[in-house]
Amino acid sequence: MLNLLFVDLGRKIIVFMYFFGGLANLAIQTVYLTFKPPYKYDHIIEQSKRAGYESFPIVSVVALFIGFIFALQSAYFMQRLGAEMYIASLVALAIVRELGPVITALVVAGRVGASHTAELGSMQVTEQIDALETLATNPIKYLVVPRFVALGLMLPILTLYADILGILGSYLICVFKLGITSSMYMNITFTSLAYKDLFTGLFKAWIFGMIIALVSCYEGFNVRGGAEGVGKATTRSVVISFLMILAADCLFTALFYFIFP
Amino acid sequence: MIEILNLKKKFNNNLVLNDLSLKVETGQTCVIIGRSGCGKSVLLKHIDGLLRPDSGKVLVDGKEVAGLSELELTKLRSKISMVFQGGALFDSMNVAENVGFGLFEHTQIDHKEILQRVDESLSLVGLGGIDNLMPSELSGGMRKRVSLARAICIKPEILLYDEPTTGLDPITAASINELIRSLHDKLNVTSFVVTHDMTSAYHIADKIAMMYKGRIVLEGTPEEIQNTKDPVVHQFINGLAKGPITEAVDTFK
Ligand SMILES: Nc1ncnc2c1ncn2[C@@H]1O[C@H](COP(=O)(O)OP(=O)(O)OP(=O)(O)O)[C@@H](O)[C@H]1O
Ligand SMILES: [Mg+2]
Repeated sequence: MLNLLFVDLGRKIIVFMYFFGGLANLAIQTVYLTFKPPYKYDHIIEQSKRAGYESFPIVSVVALFIGFIFALQSAYFMQRLGAEMYIASLVALAIVRELGPVITALVVAGRVGASHTAELGSMQVTEQIDALETLATNPIKYLVVPRFVALGLMLPILTLYADILGILGSYLICVFKLGITSSMYMNITFTSLAYKDLFTGLFKAWIFGMIIALVSCYEGFNVRGGAEGVGKATTRSVVISFLMILAADCLFTALFYFIFP
Repeated sequence: MIEILNLKKKFNNNLVLNDLSLKVETGQTCVIIGRSGCGKSVLLKHIDGLLRPDSGKVLVDGKEVAGLSELELTKLRSKISMVFQGGALFDSMNVAENVGFGLFEHTQIDHKEILQRVDESLSLVGLGGIDNLMPSELSGGMRKRVSLARAICIKPEILLYDEPTTGLDPITAASINELIRSLHDKLNVTSFVVTHDMTSAYHIADKIAMMYKGRIVLEGTPEEIQNTKDPVVHQFINGLAKGPITEAVDTFK
């Protein structure tokens, strides 16, 4: 019984290592091919449009509501202390440092990462990836690099946008519901934010973007077994992206905590 | 010249190629026959370096495919074209972009000229006026022919056809066979053709090789194959339900 448990555990560890080995391999090749000419600007623009531009509506809604909810929930407590004013700085810091990047990344992983896996996965099962290779085209250069660059560029932009909308959501609640004056709200927001808050948030967003691109493409390339395989890979891609985003968030938050105390 | 030496390939526990050897001279057309699932597509994918052998090697013009550097492999692949069994058209691109893909990606040829060559290739396979359709809008046979057009558009020296005429009506199939012959006669293209259609095999082949149990059991000219005494090949080419192949099925698996 115990024996079996160890065998199972051993197998899981091997699968896990195999996954990270494969992912690291893809990451190295992708970075190398990103800098190797020729550069496919039109593919990058196309992917940026799909990953970034078309994500604005959903990111807007999510960020705005997070701002609303955050302000309302903290008002409940702050009002008892008579410190409603500080909602502005609380919201600004939490959103810019943490919620903006993470929430945006999770939304994009669900929306864009899943679609990348499904698309590359169906290309894999219908031999289109093999066909690319026979036409002397490197599938990583042709398919992964544009997605990798596009997500790396678009995620910080989307995050910045989500930060602004989140703060706007909270602003609306505070100004129209809690009676804080507009100028006071803006004042507190800007004095409480430092450049490093913004910078660390956007840096994390860039990392998250690369994670989403690599995980989703890796899962797509490794689809086996038809439509069912594509479905399974898509689920795995989203779950693994979520976990890796949260793990990376922890890591970088801790790192920045020590670098910029 | 393409030389396949003692090729072995195993998927999990399924030994697909077992010590397979075959030699095809430049400009020859070699037809590969064999039962469904015997590894014909797997063999073709080794020639193009899409699959790596477990042991043994494939030599194209004296160079081992699995040992080529990235750059050399790219160069080799710009000389080899493959027609996939399922077509493998890029479904995010229209027909013209599919057929012209190799030229758009790898040459500096001017856009207009490429489109002209695309139209030429399409008319060679009997299709015209479908440049702007998407693969999902085509019938199965049309998809197959577009895939064939994509393969010949780059003017390759070596062509790997995986069942190019399966699923086509007899007239279209005959014209595809004519096309394969004329590429062979006029352009000296080296070809591997996987087919289940024996009449077309006799028509286009310089050499027919029969795969069985992961090996080539017999190779020879169409006449030699037709008049063979080998019971396995005899059963296969005549499509007999009773014979050594069907007897061996249970014991083999
Ligand atoms: N990528 C793969 N992974 C695992 N097994 C594979 C793979 N590709 C092929 N096989 C196995 O190899 C064997 C040969 O497959 P292959 O596609 O070469 O057959 P085939 O001779 O082309 O048959 P058909 O005439 O039906 O096209 C099959 O048993 C198949 O299950
Ligand atoms: Mg096949």
